[in-house]
Amino acid sequence: MSKLVEERERVVVRFAGDSGDGMQLAGSRFTDATAAVGNDLATLPNFPAEIRAPAGTLAGVSAFQIHFASRDILTPGDAPNVLVAMNPAALKANLGELDRGATIIVNEDSFTKRNLDKAEYRSNPLEDGTLSRFRVHRIPMTSLTTRAVEAIEGATMRDAGRAKNLFALGVLSWLYGRPADVTRRWIEMKFGRKPAVVSANLAAFNAGWSFGETTELLDVQYRVKPATDVAPGTYRNVNGTTALALGLIAASVRSRLCLLLASYPITPASELLHELSRHTRFGVRTIQAEDEIAAAGMALGAAFGGRLGVTATSGPGMDLKSETIGLAVALELPMIVVDVQRAGPSTGMPTKTEQSDLLTAMFGRHGESPLPVIAPSTPGGCFGAAFQAASIAIRYRTPVILLSDTFLSSSSEPWLIPAVGELPEIDPAFATDTAGQERLLPYSRDERLARPWAVPGTPGLQHRIGGLEKADGTGNISYDGLNHAHMTELRATKVAGIARELKPLTVDGDPGATLLVLGWGSSEGAIRAGVRAARNAGHEVACAHLHHLNPLPANTGDVLRSFDRVLVPEMNSGQLALLLRAKFLVDVESYCKVQGQPLFAAEIERQIGSIVTRGPATSSGNDAGTARRISNGA
Amino acid sequence: MTAVATNANGGHPLSKADFQSDQETRWCPGCGDYAVLSAVQQFMPELGIPPERIVFITGIGCAGRFAYYMDTYGMHGIHGRALALATGLAAMRDDLSIWVVTGDGDSLSIGGNHLIHALRRNVPIKILLFNNQIYGLTKGQASPTSELGKITKSTPFGVADHPFNPVALALGAEAAFVARTIDRDRQHLTGILRAAARHEGAALIEIYQNCPVFNDGAFAALTEKDVKDANQIRLEPGRPISFAAGERGVARGRTGALEIVDVEDVGHSALIVHDPDRGDLGLAFSLARLAEDPTGPTPIGIFRSVRRPVYGRAGPNVAHDPIPDAQLAELLAAGDTWTVAAGPQHS
Repeated sequence: MSKLVEERERVVVRFAGDSGDGMQLAGSRFTDATAAVGNDLATLPNFPAEIRAPAGTLAGVSAFQIHFASRDILTPGDAPNVLVAMNPAALKANLGELDRGATIIVNEDSFTKRNLDKAEYRSNPLEDGTLSRFRVHRIPMTSLTTRAVEAIEGATMRDAGRAKNLFALGVLSWLYGRPADVTRRWIEMKFGRKPAVVSANLAAFNAGWSFGETTELLDVQYRVKPATDVAPGTYRNVNGTTALALGLIAASVRSRLCLLLASYPITPASELLHELSRHTRFGVRTIQAEDEIAAAGMALGAAFGGRLGVTATSGPGMDLKSETIGLAVALELPMIVVDVQRAGPSTGMPTKTEQSDLLTAMFGRHGESPLPVIAPSTPGGCFGAAFQAASIAIRYRTPVILLSDTFLSSSSEPWLIPAVGELPEIDPAFATDTAGQERLLPYSRDERLARPWAVPGTPGLQHRIGGLEKADGTGNISYDGLNHAHMTELRATKVAGIARELKPLTVDGDPGATLLVLGWGSSEGAIRAGVRAARNAGHEVACAHLHHLNPLPANTGDVLRSFDRVLVPEMNSGQLALLLRAKFLVDVESYCKVQGQPLFAAEIERQIGSIVTRGPATSSGNDAGTARRISNGA
Repeated sequence: MTAVATNANGGHPLSKADFQSDQETRWCPGCGDYAVLSAVQQFMPELGIPPERIVFITGIGCAGRFAYYMDTYGMHGIHGRALALATGLAAMRDDLSIWVVTGDGDSLSIGGNHLIHALRRNVPIKILLFNNQIYGLTKGQASPTSELGKITKSTPFGVADHPFNPVALALGAEAAFVARTIDRDRQHLTGILRAAARHEGAALIEIYQNCPVFNDGAFAALTEKDVKDANQIRLEPGRPISFAAGERGVARGRTGALEIVDVEDVGHSALIVHDPDRGDLGLAFSLARLAEDPTGPTPIGIFRSVRRPVYGRAGPNVAHDPIPDAQLAELLAAGDTWTVAAGPQHS
């Protein structure tokens, strides 16, 4: 039976089911097959904070979204074109985000009275007209999977029950022409030691594929051509956690400093601990510390010993580390603090994303304690950000805070694998002698204002450092007021001086644009996509993105002042806006979203549209409060 | 540790002077810290390790200043965190001799968590815990080792919180080496330092240290000439535990618990023979609990000294040679990859 094949430029698919339904696995397999096609793609998993929320309930719904296209794309997509719902709760939890006409594929078998009750449906949405605005395909996935698997020798009913995600994957793989061999190979590799499980999973996947091919339920197959506007080179799919880990390892290799990651389990930063703990072959040591404070202390202790010390955390863990980060500021030792931001305050929403630690990173320590703050903007960009964080930390002898977030750490995209030879070497330039002095001057300065890093084991350079204020040069304890003022200024000037080596802020925009959309961190994709859409709609608008929050690129003020209006979208209540207003006296406008969700391109586009139609801002004299818009999405 | 280390500058055999920094010591006159500092500086050459491979890490409190006075590498950290800093250093540098100097507030109150974890992990760090049963640097508040009922600035009606017994706490964490000594007894202190240095893993030494300003005489029962013999129960490996010129000793009572006995009553053969290497945690714990506080007969010496896997020497083998570029390239390109050809068309 031959079916109609339709071309699509881009598609957003969301797999949704109960936490136990294997949706993350189905999504990541679909992603690998999509990468193999050569589509550009971006993904976003979304799972509940509870490990095992009661099965079938709304709290237990887990989802994985993938956006793939024949041209370059910037985000995991706003509204899905296709929703796969493995149970009523998954349907209910995701229905609100679908546009009219979207396709819904449900596991019909799961729409039992009991499951409908758990999802708080009073009547069956498949029957009562709830879904009339959508194209719905009802597939009895559980029973079809069971039938496919039951004939296999050694396979249990449990294996059959667990394989229905692969049936769903098979259907979707057929629907979008994803290569089946990629998935089949993976199944064989993954379950190779258990032949019955291999057979069961293959049978489920094949049954799903065949179902798509033969049934009249699905009458169209779609094709999304390989993307042609991506840079040449070799790619792999990475999420932000993997890219960050690889960036740290690369920095360790290029600086010849063994890496210590000390961390305490916390969602979502634990993923970095898991990832790095596998890489002992690269001289990586990991310690699961007794608490967040210890983890920071261990990283700093390693730095004192001339190694690359890293600690990673999220949410409240950041608060606990701040005293040690302050010590690192005083000691002027390299240290990397990875903060995978999540929604707060307090425990907040551990699995939901937010950009609300910017001011904590900037100012969340007592006393004057400036340090560099770097924020990657894409999953793949976490590699470069981590490498650069290490490079700055090592060469300037300073702690660096790297602000990732939940969205970045878990979403994935194709990553152009960098050539190792093109990664710069990082010279730790350890002190080897007293530089002509009678004794080492541990607080003397080089041209960057960095102090000597004299590590234990170096003969003749024994010295003491500590959290007490130090006399310039000798590093002896000093309570002298003028010396303290001088040291305070030195520490600040050193960090500010990093701007000399930062790339200037580049503006991507229409020559006549009077509106600049300026973002930072993980919202880059949504902002660029929103700006692109606004331009397609005829608006003249420019955008720029900050990857360094402290210091800011040297031309930041000039860029801001060259536009009539500046819109700053953030997943917080206006933290970057506050900084920019304070630093540059520019009347920036905020677009804020704190819903535990990433920014969406459509929101940015809408916001640009509303600003442009409002006309130019009333110039000076505008009260700061009235110009600032706090909005929370729809 | 038999090698004779020499001074890197002069080439002469190391002496106490090689470990004295140029910083002026600034403890109160009569502080027990002076005696400990002098004993440690005197002992250091015996280690046979050059000063550049020795590190002193301290927390906050009067004891925290110790690092500044040692001409080794040193770090004066933040309150309670010396052991966290030292653990990170030890994990990455097994070529160093790492010493932590801390106080009863620093390591038993704000840093309590790090102490028990460093001990359970058996991190190769020598911990000198200066116990003066008071907060000195902050001018006289109760500490976690202050005795019940003690009147301090923060406890005008007397301490109501039950105190820690540091030795018992360390044994509870299954520390591999636990000892107690006294600031005023240079010979005993040096002997304990020597044993701790020789021990491979974590070593906790509780040092009874007199604070002449805020808690003077807390250990008088163990230090004053006329009473110390009657109160110091010196634990000596392989010897029956006796004190007070052999008139008193430690034996098991009828319930099986350790008791202080008159030797005349029970006979010399009934005395417990001290064996810190045996690994009998229960016995060591009972010894630690013999004295509620150091105002009467109190054991000093090594309570426990056993071999346990040392942190960082078991577990995965972490590479430390430079990683070749090719190995890194392989890691970056791990997993499924695909290539996009240059030019407008590609497959």
